[in-house]
This record gives sequence, C-alpha cells and structure tokens, in this order.
Amino acid sequence: MADHSPSVPLLSMQNIHKSFGEVDVLQAIDFNVTDNEIIALVGDNGAGKSTLIKIITGVHPPTSGDIFFKGQKITKHSVSRSRSLGIETVYQERALADQQTLWRNVFAGRELTRKFGFLKVKEQRAETQNLIRKHMGFTSKAINTESMVLSLSGGEKQGVAIGRALYFEADLIILDEPTMGLSLSETKKVLDFVQNIKDQGKSAIFISHNIYYVYPVADRFVILDRGRIAGEFCKKDISQDELVEKMVRLARTGSLN
Amino acid sequence: MKTAGIRQARLEISITAVLAGVYLLFIIGNPKVFTRFDIYYSFMSTIPFFGIMALAMTLVVTLGEMDLSFPSVLALSTLIFGKIFIATGNLWLAMVVCFMVGIAAGAINAFLIVRVGIPSLVATIGTMFFFRGMVNVIAQGKGIPLVKAKGTFLYSICVGRIGGVIPAQAIWMLVLGLAFWLLLNRHKFGSHILFVGDNKESSRMMGINVERVKTIVFMQMGFFAAFAGILSTFEVTYFWPSQGQGYLLTTLAAVFIGGTSVFGGMGTIFGTFVGAIIIGSLEAGIIAIGLTGFWIQLIYGLIIMVSVSIYAMLLKKRG
Repeated sequence: MADHSPSVPLLSMQNIHKSFGEVDVLQAIDFNVTDNEIIALVGDNGAGKSTLIKIITGVHPPTSGDIFFKGQKITKHSVSRSRSLGIETVYQERALADQQTLWRNVFAGRELTRKFGFLKVKEQRAETQNLIRKHMGFTSKAINTESMVLSLSGGEKQGVAIGRALYFEADLIILDEPTMGLSLSETKKVLDFVQNIKDQGKSAIFISHNIYYVYPVADRFVILDRGRIAGEFCKKDISQDELVEKMVRLARTGSLN
Repeated sequence: MKTAGIRQARLEISITAVLAGVYLLFIIGNPKVFTRFDIYYSFMSTIPFFGIMALAMTLVVTLGEMDLSFPSVLALSTLIFGKIFIATGNLWLAMVVCFMVGIAAGAINAFLIVRVGIPSLVATIGTMFFFRGMVNVIAQGKGIPLVKAKGTFLYSICVGRIGGVIPAQAIWMLVLGLAFWLLLNRHKFGSHILFVGDNKESSRMMGINVERVKTIVFMQMGFFAAFAGILSTFEVTYFWPSQGQGYLLTTLAAVFIGGTSVFGGMGTIFGTFVGAIIIGSLEAGIIAIGLTGFWIQLIYGLIIMVSVSIYAMLLKKRG
C-alpha cells in the first residue's frame, strides 16, 4: 500500500479555504493524515467538519489551497477522482437510495459492467451477498441482496455504507458521524470496524462530536472550531477527561486554554 | 420483509389484471368485435404513436421529473421534417434534421431545468407553449401534405404493413419496449436514473453526474417525440399544426396507470407498455360495447383512479 515515500503524509491539505457565497466555512486549514493513523476530527455542529470532508472526497472543490494525496497534488476535484486515488467515504447521510436494492446501492456510481455499459447483475448480486455476510455481519435472513434500503434499521444502513467503503479497498476511509442515531451495540460494531481499519494498516478520519466514542480508537485529535483548526493533540499527550474539558471550554469561551 | 423485486412484481401483476379485466368486459360486451383481428389491427396502428412516447416518459418520471412539452416538440420536429422533405425531396435528410430538432428541444428543456434551475413541471409548461407557438408562426395555420412519402423505404419501415397485416409501428413499440426495459433494469445508465430519481444528494456523493443524467433523459424524450411525430405523420401522410395535442394526457395516463411512481426512483417499462394498451383500447372498446362517446372520459378517469389507488395501497403496506 505504501506506494509513496514514507516521509510524505498520506493526505496533506495546505491552507485550505472554502466559502459558499459570502459565508467563509473553512479558513486556512492545514491538515495531515499519515499512514496507518486514525484521526478523530471533532468539533461542534457547524464547525465545518462535513465541508472539510466533502472537499477531501471531491464533492466540493476548495475555494483556495492545495491538497496532496500520497505526495501527488490533486488538481481535478471530483468524487470519482478521489475514489480512484483510494479515498472512500461513509457519509453522515449514508448516501443510500431508499427504494433501491442493496446490490444497486453497493455499486452506485461504479457499477460492474460488461460491453456497452450493461450491468453484470449476477456479479453485483454475488459480491453484495458476500459483503452482507462477511463485512456487514448481517446474520438476519430478512436482509438479502434484493432488500430495499428503506426496510433496514439505522444500524443496518450504516453497515451497508461501511461495507461498501470497505469493499473498494481504500487507503483512507472517512467516516462522517458514523455513530449518529445508533444503539449502543450498533455503535460498538462501528468502533470495531474502525479498529479493523487500523489493524489492516490503513488510515481513517473519524468525525464525531462525541469524544467518548472516538477517544478509544483514535491516534490523534484535531479540533475544528468555526472553520479553523483550534488545536491538535496526540493521544499520548492528553487524557480523555482533559480533552472533554478543553472542548467544553472551547464551546464556552472560544479558546482551548 | 419486502424487496424491490416483489414490490415491482405486485405493481406489474396489478396492471396486467386491470388489462385482463378491461378486455374481459369488452369481450363479454361485444364478442363479435373483440374476437376478430380487425380491432387489434387498429389498436396496433394507433397505440404506438403515444405508446413510444410513454416509454420515453417513463424514464423522465422515474427521474422524479415531468415533461409537458413533448406534444409540442413532436409538432415542431415534424413540421421541420415536412418542410425539409417538401423543399429537398430527401426523406432521410428530413428525418435526421427532425431527430436533431427533437434532441435540441430536449436539450433546451434540460438547460432550463438543470442549469437555470426551474422545476421541470414549470419549465416544460413554458416550452410547451413556446414550441407550439413556433409551429404556429412557421406553419401559419397551414398543413403539409406528405403523400409523396408514401411507398418509400423509410415509410415502409416506419408505418408499413408487415405481411400486409401487422403495422410496422407496433413492431417498433415492441422493440423499443424491450430496449427501454433493458436500459432501465440492466444498464448502468438505468441504474443511475433510478438512483438520481430516488435520492439526488446520495447520487452526487456516490459520484453520479446528476446533471448529465437529467440532460440525457430530457434529450431522449425529445428524440422519441420526434420519432413518434414521424410515425404519426406518415400514417396519415399529412402534417397538421395541431399535431400531437391529443397525446399529452394519454401518454401521461399510460405511465401512471402503469405504476411508475410520480415521486421518482421507481419505474416500470412493462407497466407503461400495458398502460398504453389499456388507454389506447378504451375509446374503441367503450363504443364497441354500446356506450356512447360521452362515457369515454368518465371511464378513463375511473380506470386511472382505480389503478393508482391500488398502487398507493401497495406502497403504503411496506415493512
């Protein structure tokens, strides 16, 4: 997987600005992810976490600033470009289509096709079946490749979104609020999955506003506040309680210390 | 537990049952007419004109969009078809330009909807008047006789009678029905139509080019309106400036009684095909069983109300 020099970070964002019309959502963001590192991106609602993610994944281009992936500068910003580089995303909205079958959802936007763009329906079904049993850990017979997303629970939907990201073997997996709206046992599954990414030698950005969930699995914490990076801490330098304390202080006073 | 496949099968079984019911009524009501080939011959020659547009419209509706301008696109492209044929005598050239006009009209719709951001229902009300207005201004109320086209090769493959009994347009509708089914259910582009119609934001996040999908779908609608225009103009070998006007509601009715959801994300080509047959047989059937023409709209309405109620109930029982 290390097809770039180890001294170069996997992902490097330099002086990123993003504005939507008059509103500056992100200002002067410098952000790095190294190999086999789990980063927790934390911050309040509206801090700009989701926008930062959408820039990494190519949904939005940055207004200014440079992005390097494996040392290579990204000049063309699109979802398919980011994906082909090896960035997969599990979106907060999950990016599923409710009335479509799982086998269509898993391969949405990058269908397995034969000549003239016709679908390899059999292969898509078989791969989806595999994914459901192995990676998503669904044992319930009620869920199969033909199930519509709308018949799944929140945790199951998250399982599909995560399983999909895993299927395409990315080097960097981004999880945007993956535990939101999930039960405790479902949350545990998601955290196991993040640990799994780490064990496989890959990197992840885990976005959450719940420190208690991200602390055990993350290596480094990046705190985003009103479009700026307010602070960065390695896990060995800060305890969970100190981190929570800093976040509370930031919300109240606008400063970490 | 309900799968998408089961849901779709239920819709398709329902519409087939409606078709069987309607035909049973016709056969009981007038066995003499409905057990002979003549009436079916007549259906095969008239249904494809709007049936083909209904197939194309199914993609538009599956996308969660609407197009009201296609009867005007039909008229405009066919007017140009007639003008070029009269001026040059070259039927193939006329056909190519006719298709180009249809596609261009679809592209104008797509531009207003995708780039300018007007809801498709509103945008195509505008273009419906605009394109019809262009026809009126150019044609100045006059029709174009196309008798000279009769007997040409193009005429034969469009509306000739195969073996003297099967109207070629019926074969076109059958072949296109199959092609549209494959496109929507077995092609990457169909998958994208379903995904965009279901959830635009998810599609964008999954890297589907939403704008491109919409543009192509509106352009194919224009193309098939032009094709239906050529067929219907050939059939009567005359172009009228009011051409296509009767097809607006029959086409949409065929799509909706077929079971395609107006909310997008779900469409059935089979349903539309059967829906077109139902809508296209009602008028003759109602007369044949001895009711007066005054009953036609009432029965149209009844069938639409019943079938869409069945679908609404099928969709409500989810889980």
